[in-house]
Amino acid sequence: MTTDHPRPPPRRSLFGAWGPRELKGLFWQVLVVGIAVAVVAFLWSNTVTNLSARRITTGFAFLGREAGMPIADSLLSYSPKDTYLWAFVVGVTNTLRVAVIGIVLATILGTLIGISRLSANWLLSRLAAVYVEVLRDIPLLLQLLFWYVLMQALPAARLAWRPVDGVFLSNRGLILPSIPIGTPQLWVLSTAALGLVVFYLIRRWQIAQQMQDGKPRKAWPIALGLIVVLPALVSVLLGVSWKIEWPELRGFNFVGGLTLAPEYFALLIALVTYTSAFIAEIVRSGIQSVPRGQWDAANALGLRRSFMLRQIILPQALRVIVPPMTSQYLNLTKNSSLAVAIGYQDVVSVANTTLNQTGQAIEAIALIMAVFLTISLGISFFMNWYNARIALVER
Amino acid sequence: MTVITDIPDAPRAARRPQMGNPVLRWLRTNLFSSIPNAIISLVLLAILAKGIVSFVQWGIANAVWLTPANDSSACRAVRGVGACWAIIPEKYRFILFGTYPFDEQWRPALSVLLFIALFYLSTRRAWWRRELIYLWIGALALISLLMWGGVLGLSYVSQDRWGGLPVTLILATFGLAFGFPLGILVALGRRSKLPAIRSLCVLYVELIRGVPLVSLLFMASVMFPLFMPGGFNIDKLLRAQIAIILFAGAYLAEVVRGGLQAVPRGQYEAADALGLSYWRKNRLIILPQAIRHVIPPLVNTFIAFFKDTSLVLIIGIFDLLTTAKTAIIDPAWQQFSVEVYIFVAAIYFAFCFAMSRYSRSLEAHTTSR
Repeated sequence: MTTDHPRPPPRRSLFGAWGPRELKGLFWQVLVVGIAVAVVAFLWSNTVTNLSARRITTGFAFLGREAGMPIADSLLSYSPKDTYLWAFVVGVTNTLRVAVIGIVLATILGTLIGISRLSANWLLSRLAAVYVEVLRDIPLLLQLLFWYVLMQALPAARLAWRPVDGVFLSNRGLILPSIPIGTPQLWVLSTAALGLVVFYLIRRWQIAQQMQDGKPRKAWPIALGLIVVLPALVSVLLGVSWKIEWPELRGFNFVGGLTLAPEYFALLIALVTYTSAFIAEIVRSGIQSVPRGQWDAANALGLRRSFMLRQIILPQALRVIVPPMTSQYLNLTKNSSLAVAIGYQDVVSVANTTLNQTGQAIEAIALIMAVFLTISLGISFFMNWYNARIALVER
Repeated sequence: MTVITDIPDAPRAARRPQMGNPVLRWLRTNLFSSIPNAIISLVLLAILAKGIVSFVQWGIANAVWLTPANDSSACRAVRGVGACWAIIPEKYRFILFGTYPFDEQWRPALSVLLFIALFYLSTRRAWWRRELIYLWIGALALISLLMWGGVLGLSYVSQDRWGGLPVTLILATFGLAFGFPLGILVALGRRSKLPAIRSLCVLYVELIRGVPLVSLLFMASVMFPLFMPGGFNIDKLLRAQIAIILFAGAYLAEVVRGGLQAVPRGQYEAADALGLSYWRKNRLIILPQAIRHVIPPLVNTFIAFFKDTSLVLIIGIFDLLTTAKTAIIDPAWQQFSVEVYIFVAAIYFAFCFAMSRYSRSLEAHTTSR
């Protein structure tokens, strides 16, 4: 093909800066948004007609009505005479109770197993690998049902297992000794929390000083004083008692102590073991991602093993570990909604009952979404903050 | 490069003479290399031995393997001491195929085999061609024909009667077959330069990923009738399938987006320089590279979906887990749910383990290049 002809000058568009490409883009956007709006409008108009046909009024007014649903296991005081709003609050605390404790336990267990997989001990690393492979490849719901069946098959309260004195495991759940927390105890605990915050601030200042003059400063005397001695003083001054309450078997049930209901306990075990398998893989790949040279260099400097792990290896591994860990925490929180299958009343379960009782489907689902989006955003916000803190500072 | 032959081999690093029995040597390096290691090994061995012995006692030595039909007295005699595997031969037809007409159960069985053959072929590198898409369409059509029937002398079976393993495979496979193209479109949309399309895609992905699948399934089972014009309704299985497709689409979109980000800029520019249109550019240049990058995470997402289909239990659809749970409602067999759960767990494990092995081998293949 010959190209003797000079290229024709570019055509002026009729629409100024709006060339054919922009017009095409505009066309596609209008088309897609138009379809989306049309679909939503269609569904919305159907919903409005259907709701009016069923005489269901939309809106959140039902939250003020009496719920009349029993919630067996809750931290807050609740009776079926309370409102739907309060039932939802109880559901949210139940979700948080399982999610927060589950995240902490899964992180500890997962880290231990992840490290075990890298152990020089052949038996330990094989067992850890089998644990990860088996738990990851079986649906969580199946594991949950399995644990729940095992809980129900435990002996009755009178024949409860007592692995340690004061700890009972029976089909009523796990019963542990507890320390009753009242207002005076809360004062002591909040002093300790305040001490922790003050210590953190002082430590930051100390590190800033150390950066300037290079002299290391001791942290532990301040920590001991603020977090242990000060609350202890407050406790003695106020005369607070820290008596341990031992559970006792009376008749067919236990009195005193802290009871973890079988539903809660099964859900917690299932979530923790399942998620720990994923966390173990994340921890393993994080540690493996630290180049060998870093270990060799630290060894060559003659650093102690604990110092080497803490100051050289862990900071580099954490950069790889934290982002996927965030999504595992989110998964654990979302998976806690499987509680509905075994009758632990978390927020999804409460919403489901509400939906069946009142027919307020849209509102109930909207509440679930709001709760989970808030929790997700909260976890991502915290983890992003933590990630930014440990990220590589480049000059 | 010339090959030098006249230089003798460099002396090998002097190796310590290896003494003693190789088994003992292996034990010393792998289990008893130091005192803490030896303690760990001994404790683990003790726990393992105890676990294996009690499992063998319960699961093999004291177990009941077969009983006369519908008679669980032998099992109840060993309750707590031995396993009752007899419940599996008693109930396996129901667990695997649900309430599908008994005499026609060869049809779901054949469908399951077809599914497995389809998965197997899809993992072969030699089959990664355009024909694979036609093969999928053909196989899925054949499976629908087998399951529904109504032609070629097969009696019609409505989907209320489907159950068990085929339903699990249908939910997972159709979820994937429709969710994957949806995910690709959404991933492209999320990287589009057009703001309206981009924000719609972001909204979809973040909303779906922000809520648990359970609530989406509730929505499908309870709210779907509200959304539709009066009198119009579709089957419960199909509604759950739609929820799973929407769910899969959002998660797969994020995986595909990761692959799109890994394609070098030069590839986009080169495609533009060739004057390819947007769709041709993506179809011929970008997507093949992007998807190749993310095959291991894609397989991991598939594993997650396969497991997540079990959640349809909560809205009462008869998948493998629901049939298992229903099989033990029978009062005679009620106490032997652990055995049934182990059986079903083994089926799920077989599928997921095969997929995860495959993903691992793919990963090894891509990193070794």
